[in-house]
Amino acid sequence: MKQVSGIVRPKGWARTLQRVLLFAVLGLFCVYYLVPLFVMVSTSLKSLAEIREGTLLAPPRAINTEAWAKAWRSACVGVRCNGLQPYFVNSVLMVVPAVLISTFLGALNGYALTKWRVRGADTIFALMLFGAFIPFQVILLPMARTLGELGLAGTIPGLVFVHTIYGLAFTTLFFRNFFIGVSNGIVQAAQIDGAGFFGIFFRIVLPMSIPAIVVTVIWQFTQIWNDFLFGIAFTVGESNPVTVALNNVVNTSTGVKEYNVDMAAAIIAALPTLAVYVVAGAWFVRGLSAGAVKG
Amino acid sequence: MGSRFGRALEKRLPLIVVSPLFAASLIFVYGFILWTVWISFTRSRVLPNYDLAGLLQYERLWSTPRWHVALSNLVIFWLLFVVLCLMIGMLLAILLDQRIRIEGVIRTIYLYPMALSFVVTGTVWKWILNPGLGIERVMHQAGLEGFRFDWLVNPDYAIYTVVIAGVWQSSGYAMALFLAGLRSVDDELLKAAAIDGASPLRTYMRIVLPMMRPVLMSVVIILSHLAIKSFDLVVALTGGGPGYATDMPATFMYSFAFQRSELGLAAASAVMMLMTVIAIIVPYLYSELRRT
Repeated sequence: MKQVSGIVRPKGWARTLQRVLLFAVLGLFCVYYLVPLFVMVSTSLKSLAEIREGTLLAPPRAINTEAWAKAWRSACVGVRCNGLQPYFVNSVLMVVPAVLISTFLGALNGYALTKWRVRGADTIFALMLFGAFIPFQVILLPMARTLGELGLAGTIPGLVFVHTIYGLAFTTLFFRNFFIGVSNGIVQAAQIDGAGFFGIFFRIVLPMSIPAIVVTVIWQFTQIWNDFLFGIAFTVGESNPVTVALNNVVNTSTGVKEYNVDMAAAIIAALPTLAVYVVAGAWFVRGLSAGAVKG
Repeated sequence: MGSRFGRALEKRLPLIVVSPLFAASLIFVYGFILWTVWISFTRSRVLPNYDLAGLLQYERLWSTPRWHVALSNLVIFWLLFVVLCLMIGMLLAILLDQRIRIEGVIRTIYLYPMALSFVVTGTVWKWILNPGLGIERVMHQAGLEGFRFDWLVNPDYAIYTVVIAGVWQSSGYAMALFLAGLRSVDDELLKAAAIDGASPLRTYMRIVLPMMRPVLMSVVIILSHLAIKSFDLVVALTGGGPGYATDMPATFMYSFAFQRSELGLAAASAVMMLMTVIAIIVPYLYSELRRT
């Protein structure tokens, strides 16, 4: 034993050094990613006077939640000074139906395209998939006009509609890829037992796609909550989602610049998706890599 | 549903379900693209005008200095954003792949910015990079009195602040994708290499990295796609300014469409963006679809 450890030792030293270096680099990057979060939280808990005296990196001397209260209830978004609260509610009212509808339709579509012989299924899928990649600038103008003609311009239902339509490409893609891995035998057996298209979908296929549903819901939730382009293009004032309101709070140029309120507002806008990420991180990552391997 | 009609209906149900969704895609993706392309060939300003006017708007677009600024910004941002994200992502993925016990925690920290909205990222970095109260102040208090950092309000450097914030947000994503790729390399292969006496470094350079080529391809495409569409980050961080120094095609299009009511010109810029994306995505999609 003694001899062996003697022989191995130099290598052991090199290895220890390697590990130390490895953790130093990994730790450094942890700091890099965490510093903005720290700055955001600590600035939001400082008073304006403390912000002007100290530096970004100094932790707050005392916990001061005034900025939070102001960001939530009374910060000015343009001319209205009700804080982020009403816009947060707008985002909730937008994201819930949009996520549920786009996920449900994507599941149904993916199921029909893979488990039933729809003629031209592959072509239909390829054509729909393209919708996930277009720069949305190319549909902004006609969509604004269409929403106007439907009487949905500047409304939350209008945003739900837009997010559902343009979310479909991704939800279909995700469920199609999931269903391809599901054996056709189950569907055929159920058919022989006399089950129909919807019977098989609701009683057999949906219950077994819980993982796909979770990933899709998380992905759609993150995308739609964080959306800014549709929000700023298709809503005005009172119907803005929270991301647009946040931008308006930060870039309102009247009066004293309140960095603590800006940071509290940013955290409020980020909280729902951050919470989802912390609770369901593994699923989130699966959505990300699914979003990557399109096709 | 016992009737003949019922059975006939049941047989067509899949098509009945798919058709409206497909139709929605045809109208809201392809139909709308055609509309925008059409408008880009007209004189439309505040209101759409459907009389064709040839390449007028494209000529106007390419003779607008602001468009050239937007394009050169896009090129700068695109190159730096993709290269930096690739380098950081690859480095972190390789390091995290060294059997680290707290890998889960570290990965969570690296990846959380992806859960944030670009507007939030822009807001935070706008504060960190604030000339006067931000990093500059930190350096002054650390004793570097002469330190100046005003990139955010400097027309020549503002675009690099967008790169800084963008890389912070998306490099973790590149790491996650690379890590997934590394994990899919067969363990047996690595063992065989080790038995043959190959050093870890050699194994990486000769075996693992070459096998990552398809993953690398995907990551480049995804990051490029993010770069071309970047809009929120620019608006939140610099508002396209100072002046229009950090304008990108996406913000250019938005401002000509919704603020200046130049429908035709905005449509032309949107079409240019679409062409760029198509040039990147279609060959990729084609090869991906053929593989499955």
